Amino acid sequence: MIAVELRKLFRRPRTWITIALLNSLPVLVAVLLKVTDLAPRPGEGPAFLSAVLTNGTLFPLAALAIVLPLFLPIAVAVVAGDSVAGEAQGGTLRYLLARPAGRTRLLVAKLVALVVFVLVTVVIVAIVGYVVGTTLFEVQSLGATTAVSGTSLTPDQVAGRTLLSIGYVTISMLGVAAFAMFFSTLTDSPQLATLGALAVLIGSSLLFTLDAASDIAPYLPTRYWLSFVDFFRDPILWRNVVRGLGLQAVYVVVLLGAAWANFTTKDITS
Amino acid sequence: MSGTVIATHGLRKSFGAVRAVDGIDLDVRAGDVYGFLGANGSGKTTTVRMLLGLVLPTAGTVEVLGRPIPKAGREVLPRVGALIEGPAAYGHLSATANLSLSDASGPGGSRRTRKARIGEVLDQVGLGGVGKRAVRGFSLGMRQRLGLAGALLRRPDLLVLDEPTNGLDPQGIHEIRELLLDLNRTGTTVFLSSHLLAEIEQLATRVGVLDRGRMVLQDDLATLTAPTGATVVDTPRAAQAREVLGDRVLSADGDRLVVRGSEPAEVNAVLVGAGVPVHGLTLQRPTLEEVVLAAAAGSGDRVQAGAAS
Repeated sequence: MIAVELRKLFRRPRTWITIALLNSLPVLVAVLLKVTDLAPRPGEGPAFLSAVLTNGTLFPLAALAIVLPLFLPIAVAVVAGDSVAGEAQGGTLRYLLARPAGRTRLLVAKLVALVVFVLVTVVIVAIVGYVVGTTLFEVQSLGATTAVSGTSLTPDQVAGRTLLSIGYVTISMLGVAAFAMFFSTLTDSPQLATLGALAVLIGSSLLFTLDAASDIAPYLPTRYWLSFVDFFRDPILWRNVVRGLGLQAVYVVVLLGAAWANFTTKDITS
Repeated sequence: MSGTVIATHGLRKSFGAVRAVDGIDLDVRAGDVYGFLGANGSGKTTTVRMLLGLVLPTAGTVEVLGRPIPKAGREVLPRVGALIEGPAAYGHLSATANLSLSDASGPGGSRRTRKARIGEVLDQVGLGGVGKRAVRGFSLGMRQRLGLAGALLRRPDLLVLDEPTNGLDPQGIHEIRELLLDLNRTGTTVFLSSHLLAEIEQLATRVGVLDRGRMVLQDDLATLTAPTGATVVDTPRAAQAREVLGDRVLSADGDRLVVRGSEPAEVNAVLVGAGVPVHGLTLQRPTLEEVVLAAAAGSGDRVQAGAAS
């Protein structure tokens, strides 16, 4: 069943168009930087971008930071929102369940395919970022990448911490995926499920900037998204990363539990 | 295979205050072509969905192939082929890829024989030549055939078909009818849900009629359309015939007389003996339409003012 869902997802042209569009923004940013040579000053603009002109190997991280606030969550929400509601809208859900695929199995297979999609997408963003970064910008081969906290990191450390960042960003996206998937079991309209998840994210980002909402800020789903920057402090600052992981875990468990409870007891009338 | 294939007891489904299905007892036996008739909105589709575990009953039980649904769905449903309210497929994939994905997404479809089975059912429904083409470009009739191919893919013991000839041209309808009769002869029980009386009359051996969520009729087609004990006489001299037959004439309509008597030959002898020419004689049988109209109150989507309050 998982193999079937993966085949469905990755044989669909839309999946690859989404990934291609997602990569276009960091590539555009890289080209503009190269052409104008105008990097944002340290502490301004997307994370890591200020350092990219002098070290292209940091561009994968800059690319992740560029797509993380909007593009990546949109892509994830589109695919996750489509997971159940898309089948319902297309009429294939009734045939899958009469096959019978099994409701719990179907949901689990959809979830696994979604995790694979997020991971593949994030890895492709990092790889494209690496290729673009190392082609367009200088590469410091001899040690000495400057960490956010000022000390130096070896290329091995940069590579290892980039992998950690990829894992962290992937997990951060699972919260979005869980929201969209839960909504996807509530409605027969994939667009509605996607928009619902995006509304949650936009709401969360907005509340995060509001002083009056500071009491609930630690529980907002987007609160710790950018904490992957902390992997590049020396030593790694684990506090927010761990909180971020815990928070995503809670959202994922609660929302998928709700999705399961709803989907397994639902009348399929689509 | 013998015995009961579909049995429901007091099956009920409410959507809010609306009782879509209101306590029906289906009884479909092995080898039947069961015609499930009802107006639009009479609860046919909801019932079909309950048989397949898609809609969960409010009350009552469903047994398919002797096992409870939805509980034993994983065991039973692989042996059931279904066409539910029109076909559905992934448009960007080919017919073959669609069937292959469907087969792989549940139990009971051997991977080893998959390719051969797909080729076979595509030929069977007349899509052998377009298996590689994306479904996006298929006509409604082709999609319907593909849906039927999906239902036949695992050589099911039971076919549950909701309006299977929808979108097909007359030749297509004839072809599918022959295919279904053929499958039935080789032991497949067919549960055919339709509002097309003619289709049911040509195919079914047993008929169930649903009216506003209730079963108003369930019997063998042969019993329902059994001779009424009257003979229909076609004669150019109706007036003379009425004189000869006297009060045996039950009703008259132009050249057609309905005469009491279940022996056409005897009626013929009486008329010819009296010099009345006779063009035709047949035993009177009610049509399925007459039976259904007598049993069911009216069209389900006709809502009278005040009825909804």
